[in-house]
Amino acid sequence: MKKLFSELRSAVMVTLIFAVVCCGLYPLVVFGVAQVFFRDQANGSLIVDADGTVHGSKLLGQQFTADKYFQSRPSAAGNGYDATSSGGSNLGPTSSNLVAAIAQRIADYRAQNGLPRGETLRGLKETDSVPADAVTASGSGLDPHISLRNAELQAPRVAKARNVSVEQVLALVRANTDPASLGLLGEPGVNVLELNLALDSLK
Amino acid sequence: MNTSGWLQLALFAGALALITKPMGLYLMRVLDPKGKTWLDPVIRPVERLSYWVMGVRPEQEQTWRQYTWAMLLFSLVSCVFTYAILRLQNFLPLNPQGFGALSPDLAFNTAISFTTNTNWQSYGGESTMSYLSQMVALTIHNFCSAATGIAIAAALVRGIARHSTQLLGNFWVDLVRVTYYLLLPICLVLAVFYVSQGMIQNFKPYAKAKLVESYTIQVQKTDDKGQPVTTNVAVMVQAPKLDQKGQPMLTNGVAVMMDVPQLDAKGQPVMTNVAVMVDQKVEEQSIVQGPMASQVAIKLLGTNGGGYANANAAHPFENPTPLSNFLQMLSILAIGSGLTYYLGRMTKNQGHGWSIWGAMMVLFLAGALVAWHYEAAGNPIHQQLGITAADGNMEGKEVRFGIFNSALFATVTTDASCGAVNSMHDSFTPLGGLVPMFNMQTGEVIIGGVGAGLYGMLVFVVLAVFIAGLMVGRTPEYLGKKIQSFEVKMAMLSLLILCLTILGFAAWASVSQWGLAGLNNNGPHGLSEILYAYSSCVGNNGSAFAGLNANTPWYNTTLGIAMLFGRFLMIVPIMAMAGSLAQKKLIPASTGTFPVSGGTFVVLLLGTVLLVGALNFLPVLTLGPIVEHFLMLQGKLF
Repeated sequence: MKKLFSELRSAVMVTLIFAVVCCGLYPLVVFGVAQVFFRDQANGSLIVDADGTVHGSKLLGQQFTADKYFQSRPSAAGNGYDATSSGGSNLGPTSSNLVAAIAQRIADYRAQNGLPRGETLRGLKETDSVPADAVTASGSGLDPHISLRNAELQAPRVAKARNVSVEQVLALVRANTDPASLGLLGEPGVNVLELNLALDSLK
Repeated sequence: MNTSGWLQLALFAGALALITKPMGLYLMRVLDPKGKTWLDPVIRPVERLSYWVMGVRPEQEQTWRQYTWAMLLFSLVSCVFTYAILRLQNFLPLNPQGFGALSPDLAFNTAISFTTNTNWQSYGGESTMSYLSQMVALTIHNFCSAATGIAIAAALVRGIARHSTQLLGNFWVDLVRVTYYLLLPICLVLAVFYVSQGMIQNFKPYAKAKLVESYTIQVQKTDDKGQPVTTNVAVMVQAPKLDQKGQPMLTNGVAVMMDVPQLDAKGQPVMTNVAVMVDQKVEEQSIVQGPMASQVAIKLLGTNGGGYANANAAHPFENPTPLSNFLQMLSILAIGSGLTYYLGRMTKNQGHGWSIWGAMMVLFLAGALVAWHYEAAGNPIHQQLGITAADGNMEGKEVRFGIFNSALFATVTTDASCGAVNSMHDSFTPLGGLVPMFNMQTGEVIIGGVGAGLYGMLVFVVLAVFIAGLMVGRTPEYLGKKIQSFEVKMAMLSLLILCLTILGFAAWASVSQWGLAGLNNNGPHGLSEILYAYSSCVGNNGSAFAGLNANTPWYNTTLGIAMLFGRFLMIVPIMAMAGSLAQKKLIPASTGTFPVSGGTFVVLLLGTVLLVGALNFLPVLTLGPIVEHFLMLQGKLF
């Protein structure tokens, strides 16, 4: 009994000590270092105007629908790009809901970007197929990127809606592409929010 | 499967091989109460003070029973601690979003989940947990459960390495030293690095951003009292569309479907109440804030896996760049990999340590290649609709990681009992999703969770040696110790608990109302969702086919029990085995001794893992992902 009591004391005490060290001191030290050396990142990489308006975060995607904006990927986060309920569709490979959603998105994407039409792929070349990222929901529902090919297919539409040359738009696409880390890891992606803000500040 | 992917795979495997020895050598010092490290000047005084407050005499070692009791008692106390905070969240500070208390079953499930190093999450972090709950109630277990796992592995290794003794070390000392010397310093460095990549670390309330383009959504209309407004409409069902001759219209041999009103027996349309929807303008985005980096660093290093945000490591804050992704994957396997070297050092048979590591790497690479192959090949049904085949299966994946890093992360996180995810496994192709499920069903011995992976693999080693002994008709020996019926019984017991708990609960859920009610997908994929959930919980992994809505009293409770069984019912027989091995006398090796290093041993060990362990799950895997694969090839939908 005495033995059990002494072990119980150790268990309670070590829980309290760890609560102070691992859950108090440690996050505070990280907080301190982060706020001194990486202030911008530690606070969410926010995009802030000269007048203090927050437009979003460089790292979080937003929903766009107008022709003059590049459009982000479909999102399953809340009602779309809801940054308080991140997540994917979690629909499986044989889900009829997923197939219906993708078929609809493909039709919309083709119509909006003036790609060759067709009820199905039959008769169309593989080069006319739609980039996967344009019609599938991301894991987080907040993916800030689209693939380069997706951006290139949207560029003529955006250029037309804004009355600028396609070359001008493509130059901005390249300028707002995040390359693979160290030139090797991961995939390059076009940051949609930054690209659209850059387009807005063209004139 | 492109060149860049192969290069990244080589880089990852190479980096893992390179850190294994230094990590193992450092573990030698950490797990030796008298070991010296260069952190001593700072940490030694804190360590001594902790022992004094705890009333622990660090030089006093424990028998396997004392060691196990101390571990169980500590787990109980820390579990109750977390349960209390979660239930009282609304009264406690650091809750700027004003989240309410968790329900009893969710708090039970979550407290057990974090205590057992599982980190199964039936909730979405950013919409449920206050900063205090994230930082204290949950993060404390990220350290404790990881340190506990490593301590148990160390005790087992001591049992193997020592002879003619009852003593296996002191649990409290192992717990404290692992936390102070191993986990905290590495996490500190990693957390700051993650912040440099874009991860957040602050204590602000959620930021409000004004959207560049506002948009409208449909929301449910409510009346003055806040009750949803409904209206009566006909129920619609799908029927084949007919042409003028009354023949079904076909496209590519598939019938075209259209909506028609459902009729009852009298030929009247069936009516139902549905919510009235109204437009609502969305002009703001609420941006998550909080102390994320400090929690994420230990979530990976300690193979916990519980995400700060619901999307876990797919969330751009929680895993901002491919570089942070690479380090996260490496830190998941770092300690587990180092422990194999520690085993070799302690037993003075480095070849044995490397052979176990080699067997683990064979299984790791096989899993990674299979998952990568099927995710890159993509979904033929979607490709038929007009998706670029070369892009692979991007549903549930992030552009910055792409196919390869999503498949690799899924393999790594389930090889270890981590459970963090950077893509949604539920949306993987059937065979791509089979890999993470299979990895968990091996008992997570492919590097494995910190500590848990090694002690799980050593169970298979004992069985492999036993089988080899049977084949040549000699009393099996393992590193100079006779393996007798007690050790084999304990090893088999822990294996049977693993497979019986997974299959038993999964079978129960898949024939129960409460089990089926949570499904997000129909057909074989639904079975996969249930099977994945129990595999994940018993394996203390914590990743999910996340479509499954498990936040119900039935799921929360059964999954909670599954996690308890998977953790503690595994550990107790393993500790009994450690105690028994430690007592044995050493017998000198002879020509008949089966060598526990080299190619033959690796093959035998692999065979044991696959045939004794994983084969138990082949029938149910056939009914789930394997049959779904063939149905997908035929274009069948559910």
